[in-house]
Order: sequence, then structure tokens, then C-alpha cells
Amino acid sequence: MLDEPFSRGASRLHLADPRCKLAAAMAFAVCVALLRTPGVAAVALALGAALCAWARLPLPRLLRRLAAVNVFVALLWLFLPFSLPGAPLLRIGPVPGLPDWLVLAATDAGVALAVLVTLKSNAIVLAFIALAGTSDVTAVGHAVAGLGLPDKLALLLLFTWRQLHVVAQEYHRLRTAAKVRGFTPGTNLHTYRTYANLAGMVLVRSFDRAERVAQAMRLRGFAGRFHMLAEPAGHPGDRLLAAAIILCAAVLLAADILHPFAKLP
Amino acid sequence: MHISEGVLSPAVLGAGAALAALGVTAGLKRVDYDRLMTVAILSSAFFVASLIHVPIGPASAHLVLNGLLGVMLGWAAFPAIFVALALQALLFQFGGLTVLGVNTFNMAVPPVLCFYAFRPMLTGPSRLRGGAAFACGFLSVGASALLTAVSLGMSGEAFIPAARALMLAHIPVMIVEGVVTALVVSFIARVRPEMLAFTSTAHG
Repeated sequence: MLDEPFSRGASRLHLADPRCKLAAAMAFAVCVALLRTPGVAAVALALGAALCAWARLPLPRLLRRLAAVNVFVALLWLFLPFSLPGAPLLRIGPVPGLPDWLVLAATDAGVALAVLVTLKSNAIVLAFIALAGTSDVTAVGHAVAGLGLPDKLALLLLFTWRQLHVVAQEYHRLRTAAKVRGFTPGTNLHTYRTYANLAGMVLVRSFDRAERVAQAMRLRGFAGRFHMLAEPAGHPGDRLLAAAIILCAAVLLAADILHPFAKLP
Repeated sequence: MHISEGVLSPAVLGAGAALAALGVTAGLKRVDYDRLMTVAILSSAFFVASLIHVPIGPASAHLVLNGLLGVMLGWAAFPAIFVALALQALLFQFGGLTVLGVNTFNMAVPPVLCFYAFRPMLTGPSRLRGGAAFACGFLSVGASALLTAVSLGMSGEAFIPAARALMLAHIPVMIVEGVVTALVVSFIARVRPEMLAFTSTAHG
């Protein structure tokens, strides 16, 4: 569950400097988040998909990941089409015996907004997977510090990532122990108590581990800096690559602003 | 519930990012390098707790326990939650870069409030502990859901029905979260009482 399926690979994007990739992902996400025209958002989606294709990411896993991400978008599809005034496309009701306000009408404006949100959301996620997902978390953690965020924050990210696996193992062990003893979850206090004790035990053991690890680090002279074994390669082409992606995102945003039909939903 | 990318309006995204940056900075200031590892491990423990899916009738919800995190960490809950959400974005693409600020703010403000509201009752030998722990879990998840609904609602009239539904859907989650938080606190109080008073050595 905590593996990074997209970080392994040998494409040009995998090899690029994570700092450049993160900067490009950030610029792309911000520009696309500001789009208001479905047409431009569709181009952004195509661009995101092109980046994923370039990174030669495994398609089944990519689609599964996208499906999980789109749960929130699907939730919005339940409401958005019916939430804006406009020309009705589809009418549900009136159902005899039910009050009039239960009549639902999906409008063109509502559907357009839902389409726009779907396109933007998927475009950003695809670009993010292709750019940030192609580096492992450790590389991203170091890149974060390289991009000017506080050192402490980068360290916190790296430590959390390191300990996450240990804590997750602890959790799986306790879970297996519960299962072996015949624990079947249901909606009852016994289930909640079992899960609470399980979570509490994970917290207690993590707390003890934190003490030990902190002592071990102090003993080895930790002074707020992590030494890296492999410095990022820093290919000169990486900056060019990031600049090209940022330029594309800026062009999209400009096209959106200058678009004659651009309107705020 | 994480808001996905590409949904919120630029104003909400910007405000969320700015407020989250303030909170994270305030939190980092209160954590020295010695305690960084403890914050990191607690952050990962809460990340793992969020992998526990608890059945509620036919559906299920994952634990959040952000109220308890706030009681234990105080302002340090801000960077801890920021890091946990950043990892979720990196690993599962839940949330994302542009909404990271808004999501951090929505999830981290209630824990910091819980720290001030419930900590005295949870750490001392109090008869109110059970009730306070329930309120802590119930209210912090409720407040997070409310903040999420408000960020959606402020992004446009069209999102208001969805925001309302989101809030309603969280009511059973709030109850379960309250019950589980109360049980976790009673477990920790029996097993390792000094853990609840963890931040007192470094005044929040």
C-alpha cells in the first residue's frame, strides 16, 4: 500500500532533477486550477496524459489510481448538474405525491461546470503523477528543501516517510493478531473498542520508538542536517524541460483569459 | 474528506495556502530539532490510523483522530498534518498540490483549538475525561467537515448543495470518531498516561 509504483522507470522524466520536476508540477497545477473554459481544460488534460505517456507509466495502475481520485469528482457529479440555473437538459420528476421542490432539472450550465471540474482535476493529477510521482518520496523530500521551504519541514517529511513503514508494519501485525483471534468488524461497540485499542497501541509503541530513535540520533551527533548519499544529477536539460512545461501552462492560462467565451460559472 | 484538485476557486485556494503557511510556520517554531523525530513518528502513527476503516452500518469511514493529535501536539499538529497530507498526495494523489493549503488548514485548525479547549481535562485525573475525549473527537472532525463545506461553498453558489450533503454525511462519522477517541484516550490513560501530557515539557 505504501509502495511508489510510478517512481521506478528509466524514462527521461524519471531521470530528471526532482527540483525541476516539482517546480514544473507546481506551476502546471496552479495554472490549470485557474482555468475557466472547458476547451482549454481539455487541452490541459491532453498535456497531462502526454506527460504520463512520455514517462511510460504502467497504464492499468494509472487508471486504477485515477479511478480512486475521481471518487470526489463523482460525488460532485451527483449535485453540480442540478445546482445552477440554465436551460434544462434532463428533468427528474415531478413524482406524484411528492412536493414540487423535489423536481430536479440538470441544466447546461451545471453540466458544463461539472465537466470543467472533471477535466481540470484529472489534468492536474496526471501531470502530478508524471512529474512528482516519478521521483521517490525521499528525493521529493530533499527537493522540497532545495526549493526554499524550511529545512525543518523537509526533515519532518523525510522522518515521517521513514517511520511510516515501521508504524504501518506494527499496525499490520496487531491487525493480523486480531484477525487470528477471530475478530470480525461490525457496527458495534466491541468493534470500536477493538479498533481504539489497536490505534492506541500503535500510538504507544510509536511514542516509545520515537524516544529511542531520538536518543540514537543524538548519540550519533545529529545536528539538524541530513547527509545525502546521492546528490541529484542536475542535468542542464532539466531546467529547460521545466521551463517548457511552465511555458505550456502559462500559454494555457493566457488562452483561457483571452478566450472570448470565458465566463465564470 | 479531501477536496480534489481543480474544484475550488482561486481566492479560496490562495487564502488557504496563506493561512496554512502561517500555521505551519508557527508550529515549526515550537518544535526544536530534538523533538522533530517524535512529531514525525506521531504524524506517521496518525497517518496509519487513517488507514483503519471502521464500519458504520453498510458504509465505512476511516479514523481521523486529528483532535487527539491536537491535544498531544498543540501547534505542532499543523506541520504534522501538512506532512501527512503531502504524503497522501504523493502516494495516493488524494488532495494535491494546489489544495494542500486549504486541506491542511481545514484539518489542522480544529486540533489546535482542541488543544486549548480539552487538554486540561484530558491530561489531569479528571472525571470528565471520557466526555471531554468524546467531545474532542466529535467536534474536531465536525469542525473539519464544516470548514471543508465552507471552502466548497465559498468557491461558488453551485457547490452549496454538495457542501450541505458533505456536512450531513459526516454526522455519523463524527459520532464514531467521538466514541473511538474516548476509547483511545481511556486506553492511553491506563497504559501510558504521561503520553497525553507530552507537550507540557515544551509548552505546546
